[in-house]
Amino acid sequence: MSDSHEPQASESGPAPLHGLLAEYTTTGDILRASKKVRDAGFSRWDTFTPFPVHGIDRAMGIRMTILPWIVLGAGLTGLGTAILLQWWTNAYDYPWLISGKPLWSIPANVPIMFELTVLIGGVTAFIAMLVLNNLPMPAHPLDQVKRFARATDDRFFLLIEAADPKFDADATRALLDSTRPHAIESILEDRKTSDKLPTGIIYALVIATVASAVPFALAAKARYTKSRSTRIHLIQDMDAQPKYKAQRENPVFADGRSTRVPDPETVAVGELHEDDHFYRGTQNGAFARTFPPTFRVDETAMLRGEQRFGIYCTPCHGFGAEGNGMVAKRAEELAQGTWTPPSNLTDQRIRDMPVGEIFNTITHGIRNMPAYGPQIPTSDRWAIILYLRALERSHAAKIADLAPAERTGL
Amino acid sequence: MAAISDVNPFVSAPVGDNAFARITDNVSRIAEVERPPRAWYIAFACALGILSIFLGSIGWVVWTGIGVWGTTMPAAWAFPIVNFVFWIGIGHAGTLISAILFLFRQTWRTAINRFAEAMTIFAVMCAGVFPGIHIGRPWLPYYMLPIPNQMDMWPQFRSPLEWDIFAVSTYATISIVFWYMGMIPDFATFRDRATTFWRRLCYGVVAMGWRGSSRQWHRYERAYLILAALATPLVLSVHSVVSFDFATSQLPGWHTTIFPPYFVAGAIFGGFGMVVMLAVPARQFFGLKRIIQIRHLEVMNKVLIATSLLVGYSYMMEFFVAWYSGNKYEAFTFVNRAFGQYAWSYWAMISCNVLFPQLHWFKAVRTNPIATLIIGMFINVGMWFERFVIICTSLTRDFLPSSWGYFIPTKIDFMTLGGSFGLFFTLFLLFCRYLPMVAMAEVKAFHPSAHAHEPDHPVEHTGQAPVGI
Ligand code: HEC
Repeated sequence: MSDSHEPQASESGPAPLHGLLAEYTTTGDILRASKKVRDAGFSRWDTFTPFPVHGIDRAMGIRMTILPWIVLGAGLTGLGTAILLQWWTNAYDYPWLISGKPLWSIPANVPIMFELTVLIGGVTAFIAMLVLNNLPMPAHPLDQVKRFARATDDRFFLLIEAADPKFDADATRALLDSTRPHAIESILEDRKTSDKLPTGIIYALVIATVASAVPFALAAKARYTKSRSTRIHLIQDMDAQPKYKAQRENPVFADGRSTRVPDPETVAVGELHEDDHFYRGTQNGAFARTFPPTFRVDETAMLRGEQRFGIYCTPCHGFGAEGNGMVAKRAEELAQGTWTPPSNLTDQRIRDMPVGEIFNTITHGIRNMPAYGPQIPTSDRWAIILYLRALERSHAAKIADLAPAERTGL
Repeated sequence: MAAISDVNPFVSAPVGDNAFARITDNVSRIAEVERPPRAWYIAFACALGILSIFLGSIGWVVWTGIGVWGTTMPAAWAFPIVNFVFWIGIGHAGTLISAILFLFRQTWRTAINRFAEAMTIFAVMCAGVFPGIHIGRPWLPYYMLPIPNQMDMWPQFRSPLEWDIFAVSTYATISIVFWYMGMIPDFATFRDRATTFWRRLCYGVVAMGWRGSSRQWHRYERAYLILAALATPLVLSVHSVVSFDFATSQLPGWHTTIFPPYFVAGAIFGGFGMVVMLAVPARQFFGLKRIIQIRHLEVMNKVLIATSLLVGYSYMMEFFVAWYSGNKYEAFTFVNRAFGQYAWSYWAMISCNVLFPQLHWFKAVRTNPIATLIIGMFINVGMWFERFVIICTSLTRDFLPSSWGYFIPTKIDFMTLGGSFGLFFTLFLLFCRYLPMVAMAEVKAFHPSAHAHEPDHPVEHTGQAPVGI
């Protein structure tokens, strides 16, 4: 049945025997043969099959690999890395306070713990498989045999190495013969091809590894040294703009400022504001006691004033203008000691105050009250004062002030 | 040099004097023909054309800024995130087939797992592009990685967007490792059949010197099993994490606990839709009908019915919870989805995802490749609309009517969406041309003749043969 080939002697004398190779055509044959070889006590032998043959582990007596334990260790490493990474970066080195939640709380950190466990475990499973299997394996004596190419196609091979202590050229061949193989072939050591990686590749790998560390080394150096030159920005993101910003020094002008002041003799179109009464609330240098004639006192102005007062003044002074707005209340609650309470605008002092002075207060602010001139248009400021006057009156209102029809409704 | 041929070289019966050899030949010859048939070139040219549109539109977006998309307040997520979720979802079927069905010992998976895995990887690549360009400054995504930077601050690990970075990159890595590892024995087959120096060298390098040693197979199988066991929860986690991007926000229509399982079911549904869409032409064209049989299409179509019912259930449940919660914003959101300004997209989604797949209840439909292909396409359209509905209806109708709006995509939006298919199909066609399209070793392992007729091992009952060779 066997059509064995005699080893071919090479020019430089015969190479030593590597082992004996038997070929089988079915999984049943290789399983039976494996058991025989196993029972004969060989240790340095292997089978080669195009796919994992069911039951061959037991037939060959292969012991369970330690790979799962390696993966377990790697998975736990991934888990530990994720815990440390998240704790160190978010709770310790740079405490990230998010909506007042605790800096370190496991549930929000679980997803990344899981992902890193899987990532490191999975990649390790692959690498450990390669390392334990001695892969990559560039050359093998079996590569010299033409028939062996079918090991990845449709044939099943069994190799007993000559290095096995039990190996005996004749007896081993007889043993293999008894397993009724399709063919038996002697395999010689391969003297021509090396099973080492070519030195060129090794050097290239070493150089690539070293070179890949260079950018990191440069980054680390830049991080821990000081330099006077500006940092290199490949993509500018408009962070360097050839213009002068407000309040910056500017060598172009004699006064060295980039912000220019308007010429004292000029006024912008429509900005003359010569009506002192309307624009400044004064008449002949004193605060006006009347509303300016250009401001129409009517129901529209009153409603406008009510609305604007609600927007701009109530946060501090309150809806009733008594100085009890939300901001004031909150500030009192915090009791930080630095708070000046907003005035009660229904006080007699404010009632007696000329409207021009209130106008001035709104426009420029007073002591702790900020200026609202830039935010509230001039006529709206007058409308607010109009409404404020009405509010003040309502505070001291008597029943006789009401129209007869309304009195009955109370 | 052989001329490009008009006749398909893959229709003839595979050669070999035994089943294993025929399987090898059937799969290997696809990558071995010197010149693939004209149709492959035409398909490849189209794919490259669409890919160039993709690259062009991305270049334009990067050069001018993302304002060239319709993406703007209030629909700040719009197409890019719709496309991201769509593609990442597609990927899930591949891992499901290769990992979960492996753990459940579903031997029919061997016919389709390899190219489903390839599909996963290419889909994840397409998905990865979108967040990268959506951030507007694609040179800054390293802000999201925990590496020391000039701002001296770390990423915020309690944000679902940060979880996404880890989930998606882990998923991509593990999928590639799983895919590559599965191909090592098949690369070895290619190497051993190679007739030219370069083929032998290239496939030899990627096969890493695999020779099929049983001692190596033992560790290989262990590693494969462990990878499957790790990939199974991983695939469930990835789309759950993607759904957290929505579910942990406060927006009505997003802030729901049903999202993780609902997203995972949808992902598997959409992914299987894509698998059948690719499988039908691939088996036809590459002469793989003996390996990818009608039976396999039928099983996948059954999975489609099941997952279609699952997503249908989720759609219903969302409505129920909106009503049951008594939350008027939530209730409004769902009424608005079905009858509001985007009602057309909602009903497109319902008909593609819930109604059409029900045709698969008929055996005549689910065993018909053409019907399978068409329904698969509908499912892909429907699943895209699902993400569109979720993102656009909720964003444009949130709590404050003053900030309501309507999202209108621009030409560039459509170019990036359509163009991403160019990337996908270019990669897929290259895969068909140069890599083992079917896991030969696995198919052989489940072939009846692989089950030894051993005296002390009665022949196992393997049911129907996974392949018809
Ligand atoms: C940010 C809070 C705040 C807002 C808003 C505010 N005020 Fe005041 N206001 C104050 C405080 C505080 C004082 C008391 C200042 C002090 O005595 O130091 C004050 C005092 C006043 C006074 C009395 C000035 C004086 O001479 O004693 C008037 C009148 C007044 N506010 C009017 C207004 C009007 C009208 C508005 C709406 C346009 C307004 N305020 C908005 C905080 C505010």
